[in-house]
This record gives sequence, C-alpha cells and structure tokens, in this order.
Amino acid sequence: MNYSTSSFFRESRNLFFKVLVIIFTIITLFPLIAILFYIFKEGISAINWHFLTHMPKPVGETGGGILNAIIGSVFIIVVAALIAVPIGVSVGLFFSDSNSQSKLYRVSHLAVDVLQGIPSIVIGIIIYLWFVKPFGKFSAVSGSIALAFMMLPSIIKSTEETLKRVPHSLKEASLALGVPYYKTMIRVIVPTGLSGILNGVILGIARVAGETAPLLFTAFGNPFLNFSIFKPMASLPLIIFNYAISPYDDWHQLAWGASFILVMIILFLNILTKLAERKWKVRF
Amino acid sequence: MFGLQKKEKVVKNLKFRESLYRKTLSLSAIFIIVLLSCIFLTLLISSMPSIKAIGVKFIYGTTWDPVTDEYGALPFLVGTLMTAVLSLLISTPFALAIGLFLGEFYPTGWISGIIKNAVELLAGIPSVIFGFWGIFTIVPFVRAIEMKFGIPPYGVGILTASILLSIMIIPFSASLIRLVISMVPSNLKEAAYSLGATRFEVIRYVVIPNIRSGMSAGILLSLGRALGETMAVTMLIGNTQAIPKSIFDTGNTMASVIANEFTEATGKVYFSALIEIGLFLFVVTTIINIIGVNIIKRFKV
Repeated sequence: MNYSTSSFFRESRNLFFKVLVIIFTIITLFPLIAILFYIFKEGISAINWHFLTHMPKPVGETGGGILNAIIGSVFIIVVAALIAVPIGVSVGLFFSDSNSQSKLYRVSHLAVDVLQGIPSIVIGIIIYLWFVKPFGKFSAVSGSIALAFMMLPSIIKSTEETLKRVPHSLKEASLALGVPYYKTMIRVIVPTGLSGILNGVILGIARVAGETAPLLFTAFGNPFLNFSIFKPMASLPLIIFNYAISPYDDWHQLAWGASFILVMIILFLNILTKLAERKWKVRF
Repeated sequence: MFGLQKKEKVVKNLKFRESLYRKTLSLSAIFIIVLLSCIFLTLLISSMPSIKAIGVKFIYGTTWDPVTDEYGALPFLVGTLMTAVLSLLISTPFALAIGLFLGEFYPTGWISGIIKNAVELLAGIPSVIFGFWGIFTIVPFVRAIEMKFGIPPYGVGILTASILLSIMIIPFSASLIRLVISMVPSNLKEAAYSLGATRFEVIRYVVIPNIRSGMSAGILLSLGRALGETMAVTMLIGNTQAIPKSIFDTGNTMASVIANEFTEATGKVYFSALIEIGLFLFVVTTIINIIGVNIIKRFKV
C-alpha cells in the first residue's frame, strides 16, 4: 500500500495542519494582548484628573497634562468630519444609484480605491503644498482637510454598500405615489440607510483619529492651548510621537497616558459602530 | 389659465431640482477624479526642480547629502523594499492561518467571534502607538538577538521595523484572504468532501488553487500598505542614509525620510527631492492598488 495515501497518514496530516493553523492564529493574538497590556499598565498610572485638565510642562518639571492635545484632536477631527461627510455621502449616493457600467462610475470608483491606498505621508505633502505653503503657516484646518481626504473612502464605501441594500420596492413605492426622484432618494432611501452611513462615518473617524503622518506638516502641533483653526494645533497622535521619541522618562509617561486615551477613544468608537450595526442594520 | 401656469411653474421647478440633484451627485464623483489628478499633478510639478537638477541619477545615486546638494534615493528605495518584503514574508503565514481559521475551520461561533474582534482591534491601533510600543518591546528583543550573533546591537533597524510592520499588516491581509476564501464555491468543497477528502486535502487541492490569484492580490495590496506605512517605521528603522547591507542594519524608507526631513528641508532642490520621493511612493502604490483591486474584483463576479 502506498504510504502517501494511507488513511492514517492522511488523517494525521490533516490534524497536523489544523493544529498548525490554530497555533499560528494564537501566536498572532500575542502582540495584540501584549500591546493592550502595555498600554493599560503604563497608561493607567499616568492618568488622573490633573493629567486630563492641565497643559504639558517643560522637561524637568513633573506633572503636566495633555489638555491641549485632547481639545486639539477633537477640533481637528470634527472639522474633518464636517468636510468629509457631505462629499462622501453624495459620492456614495451617486455610486449606489448609477449604472455600474457607465464610464464615470468605473473611473471614479477606481479613484476612490486609489485614494484609499495613498500613503498618509503623501496626503500630508499634498496638503502642505496646497494649504500650508501658500498661506505661510501651519494650521489646524489644513490638518482637518488632510484627515478628511483619508476619511472619504470609508464614508463613500459604507454609504454605497448600505444604500445598495435598501430594497427597490421602497423606491418604487415612493415613485408610484408621485414623489419626485430626487425627493425619493433624499427623503426615503437615505433615511432608511442612515444607520449604515453613520456607521461608516464613525468608522472613518476611528480610522483617522490615530493618524500622525498627515498632521506632521499640517496641524504641526502646539504646546499651548489654541482654539483657532487657522493656527497650529496640538493633537493626541502628534503628542505621542513627539514625546515617544524624546529621551525623557517624564515625557514617555505622558505619551503612555495619551496613548491610553487615544486607544480608549478608538475602542469606544468601534464598539459604538458594533452596537449601531446590531441595532439598526438594514435588514429586509 | 392661471392654474395651468402654476402647474407649469411647479413642473419647471421640479425639473430644475431634479437636474440639480443629478448634477450634484455627478459633480461629487467627478470631484474625486479631479482630486486624484490634482494630487498627481501637484506632486509632479513640485518635484520638477529636482527632476531637472538630478535626472535619472535620483534612482541609482547612493549619496543623500543636503550639504553638497546631492540627492540619490537608492538607499531609501532599498530600505523600503527590504522592510516591505521582509514584513510580507513574516506576516503572510500568519495572515493565511487566520484567513483559514476564520474562513474555513471556524467560520461561526464564539471563538471566531473573539478572534475576528481581536484582529479588528489590532487593525484599529494607531501606527504611532505601535511604534511607541515597539521601542520598548521589539527593540530590546532584536538587540538581544544581535548580541547573540555578535552584531553591533543597535536594536533599531530593518528587521525591527519589519517585525512591527508585519504585525500591523496582518489584520489587513488576513481580512482580504478571508474574503477570497469565503468566495470559493461551496459545491466544489462539498464535492471533494463527499469523495472522502480530508479538510487538509480540500484546502490544498480545492481552496488554494481557487484563491491563488485572489491571494496574490491580497498580498499585493498588503505590499502597498507596507510601502506607505510611515510613523512606526520612522520610529524603529534608525534613520541612516546609507544602503542597508543586512537586515540588522539601520536604514531609512521613502516614507520615513519624508517624515524626518520634510519640515527641515530648506533648499529648493532638497525640498523638491523629498517631494519626488513622495511622487514615487504615490505612483508605485497607485499601480499596486489598481492591479490588486482589479484582481479582487474579477474574483467577486
């Protein structure tokens, strides 16, 4: 009997492969556990009320917080979402509603895929050339525009996917009642898929909340509290980067605290989308 | 008479709004295309001074020295290629294992739920935090290895950056591989099972041959990710300007050199040389993405 086809060999090979897959899968989970553990361990000890409500202090002085970075991050991301959502939803609406063989659809669809793949540092360069260099100064709003570009693909894709799932009968019923087409889309189809669109927006925000590279040459960072979007502004990822590569232990502590907060925010946003998905998913 | 006029007005109004709606949507789609073309053109125009001053030597020149105004990007090309390929080599077996685990062995159930969520969580952790964590964990680890082999123990370098990079791209390539695995027609698999094939044989002779092109597209798209990854690599690669001779050497990638030097670049040629690197990065990732997305798309049909 041929060894390679004996059933014992085949079954043990099968088992071996299964164990191999399971082991590799478990190994992959190690870094995740390690990184979360590290952030929790170092971050929790750094966080207190003082940390959240005070400004960073110069080297040598203990204490200090990251208030400016938290406020800066919120500012930059909110403005980015305000820019990206209208454009993203309207492109998504276009995709969900147009003939997928048309030239415009195919080219712009490809453009969205390409946009998604552009390295974030290149987006940073572009925004620097468009909005920072001409005005001669770094500004929070240029950082927002950079993040908006990075948010667009995820908003567009989730809008398209969600609206494509809304059944035709809904559209037909509305049209049959004599509602004009544009009103049907805006008043019937979009509200039906609203949860999915919102989901995409939150996911997009979670994706860019930790982006550092596009902010390096745009929002730039600011050691002071600043509420003007036309001036440089601090943000959590930037502060983590600057403090992480510094040689001071005090600053590393601040960076761990900031990392903890950033990861918590992203985790919270992810859980939010999960809950929203479970509750309002378009099901027909 | 009056009523008819009013009706005409309403219809006219309606038509206007209708066309406004359609135009807005088409315009926003055109906007994306224009945006992308503008990005390319801006990069091209802004790197013109460097293209004119340096020419082709930019690609094979090995000296990058702002003081003598000499810009050869070969060290960064080599560094980028080394980190990207090495990280793919490390990550692909793991990504394939997760893809098979979730797509073939345990597609449903609480275990796959946990792993799915864990992988998603891993994907959500910002690059800069990965880098920060890497400084405290992977750097000492690599340093210990280097001590053992008697290599100067920098700790940072190509290998360090690649290990971290591979952790970062596993979620992305695993989700793509799972996607293509889930698209293998189940009747093919069932036919093999009914002939008495073991699960390994089904995977080896039915699943893998069916997803070969899809898998290569997934790896290609992951390569695109790895090429453009900036922050974590910048923090771990050591940032030196020479061509790395081994995987333990320090180096620089295209993205990390931009991150490090862009705000300090004062000379006209220096500044535009950095943008030319950005242009390079843009063109390469765009080509990779177009190819990869097209293969995956063919798969979906």
